[in-house]
Amino acid sequence: MKLLTHNMLTSHVKGVTKGYPLLIKATEVKVNDVDFNPQFVCRMIPKLEWSALVEAADLLGHRQDLPSELVPDYEKNEDFLKKVHRALLEVEVIEGCLQCPESGREFPISRGIPNMLLNEDEV
Amino acid sequence: MASSCSRTCLQYLLHLAHDNLDFRLPSPFWCLNSLTEEDVRSVMARSVCAKSAFELWGRGRTHSELRTSLLNYSPEKMSPYVHKESTYRINVYTFNKTLLFADRIKKIDALEYLPFEGTVSLKSPQHIFCLLEDYGTDPNNIPEHPNYVYFGRWIADGQRELIRSHSVKSRHFIGNTSMDAGLSFIMTNHAKVKENDLVFDPFVGTGSLLVACSHFGAYVCGTDIDYNTIHGKGRSSRKNQKWRGPDENIRANLRQYGTQKMYVDVMVSDASKPVWRNAALFDAIITDPPYGIRESTRKTGSHKDIAKAPDGSYADSHVPVSQAYNLSDIFADLLHFSAQHLVVGGRLVYWLPVYRPEYCEEMIPHHACLQLVSNCEQTLSSHTSRRLITMEKIKEPKENRASYSELDGLAGAPDPRCSPYHGHNAFREKYFSGLNKRSSKEDTRADVDGK
Repeated sequence: MKLLTHNMLTSHVKGVTKGYPLLIKATEVKVNDVDFNPQFVCRMIPKLEWSALVEAADLLGHRQDLPSELVPDYEKNEDFLKKVHRALLEVEVIEGCLQCPESGREFPISRGIPNMLLNEDEV
Repeated sequence: MASSCSRTCLQYLLHLAHDNLDFRLPSPFWCLNSLTEEDVRSVMARSVCAKSAFELWGRGRTHSELRTSLLNYSPEKMSPYVHKESTYRINVYTFNKTLLFADRIKKIDALEYLPFEGTVSLKSPQHIFCLLEDYGTDPNNIPEHPNYVYFGRWIADGQRELIRSHSVKSRHFIGNTSMDAGLSFIMTNHAKVKENDLVFDPFVGTGSLLVACSHFGAYVCGTDIDYNTIHGKGRSSRKNQKWRGPDENIRANLRQYGTQKMYVDVMVSDASKPVWRNAALFDAIITDPPYGIRESTRKTGSHKDIAKAPDGSYADSHVPVSQAYNLSDIFADLLHFSAQHLVVGGRLVYWLPVYRPEYCEEMIPHHACLQLVSNCEQTLSSHTSRRLITMEKIKEPKENRASYSELDGLAGAPDPRCSPYHGHNAFREKYFSGLNKRSSKEDTRADVDGK
C-alpha cells in the first residue's frame, strides 16, 4: 500500500464519525524506485490531506524532512516535489495493518494489499 | 482570404475498422471537415476503431467523378507532395472486394492524370497515397463497380495494433471475465483518460481496464471484493492450467506491458461500502460491474445471525459472508460513488447489462450530478446485450450524501427501487430462462421434422 492511497482511505466501520486518517501499523516496509514524474505529483498535491501524509511518512520513518506545511510555489520546486514523490509512490507498506482511529478495528495489509472488508455484523 | 480558406477547407477521410459496428456509423468511410491535420493525428494516436486517416483530395461515385474531383483539387495544396524531388507510392484499398494484383496496377495506372512529378518508391516513400473503393457492406452481393471511390494522402494509422499486442490471450493474468483489449481501449477513450490522470476501477478483477488506461499515461488503482483475484491466487481461467502461478496478478500485467510505474494500489474491498474519504479524487472511473452470469454479484453482509465466540471475536480464518448484491443497487451505488469522488469534468464509463425485450432509454440509471454522454449497445444474444454508458460529472453533490431523492435524477421518484432499472435485478433469471426457451424450441422442431 502506498501513502498516496493511504491518504485517501477512511474507516467505514458502522457508526464511526472520525475515521480519518487510518493509523498505519507496519511490520514490513519497502522503498521502490519509481520514475519521478513532477506533473503527476503536482496534480496530486491539491487532493492530499497534507498533515496526514506527513504523519504517515513520519510514522514509517520515511519523512525525510517533508515540511509540516505545504510550501508555496511548489510547482517549480523540484527538490520538494522529489520528496513528495518518494513519500507518495516509492514508500510501500508490504505487511501490517490499518487501524480505525475511533473503533480500533484493524484492516490487514498482506503482500502490499489492504483488505478493507468488514465482517457481516459490522455493516 | 484565399490562403486561410485553403487551410480550413481541407477534408479528411477516416477509414474505420469493420467491427464493433454498434459503436459507429454504418459506413467504414467517414469524411470530416473543420479539422486540422494536428487534430486528425491526435485522434489517430488514440483510436482503436479507425484504421487510417487521409487528407482527402478527391471523391466520387465513379472513377470519372473522382477524376473531375481530383482535377478540381487545388494544385497549390498538392504541390508540396508531388514535386520533382519527392518520392511516393500509391496503394489501392478495396472494401468488401478482393482485387487481383493486376487489377490494382490497372487502377493505379488509370490515375496518370494526377500531376506527380516525383519518383515512385515502394520501400520508403516520403508520401503515401491511397485509392479507396467502397463495394458496399453486403459480402453476398458484391457489385462489379464500386459504389464510391476516394483518393487521399495518407496521414496516420490508428492504434489497432494495440488490440493484438495487448490481447488477453497472451496476458499473464486473466480471469473469466477479463475485458478484451479492443473494448478496454475504447472505454479508456470514452473516459478521456490522459497522461497523469488518476483512474479507479471499483470492480477491477484482473485489471484489464487498468492496463489500457496505464498505456495512455494514467496512474491506476482498483478494488475488488474477491480476495483470490486481487491476490492472484486460486484456479486459473486458462484451459490447460489448473492453478494460477506465483507471478499472476494485476501488477504483473502492467509490468508485462512496461507500465508498472503507473500502478498505485489494488485492495480487497466491497464496492457497496466505499472506503474513500469525501473528496473529488479520481479523474475517471472505468469499470465492468458483475452481471450475475459468469461472476456472482455480492457484497458483505448476511441475513442470518452469525455465531461468534463469547468475547465477540471471530476465528482468524473467518471469511466475511456475502449476500446477493442487487443489480439495480450496483448501478445506483456506482453513480452515487462517482458523483462524490470524480473531479468535475471527470467521466464514469461502465457496462450496463440489458434484457433487450424490455429495454427503453428511461431505464439508463441517472444522477443529478452526472450527464449522460453516450450509450452504445453491444449485442450479446438475441435477448441480451450490454450497453457502454459514458457519463460526465457536471457538478458537485450537495452536502447531504444520504439523500437519494435529491441526488437521483428521477423526478418524483425518491426511492431508487422505483427506478425502471429495478426490473433488471431479474436479469440473471431472464438471461437463463431465455436460453432454456430457445433450446426447448429447438428440441420441438427436431421432433416435428421427425429426426
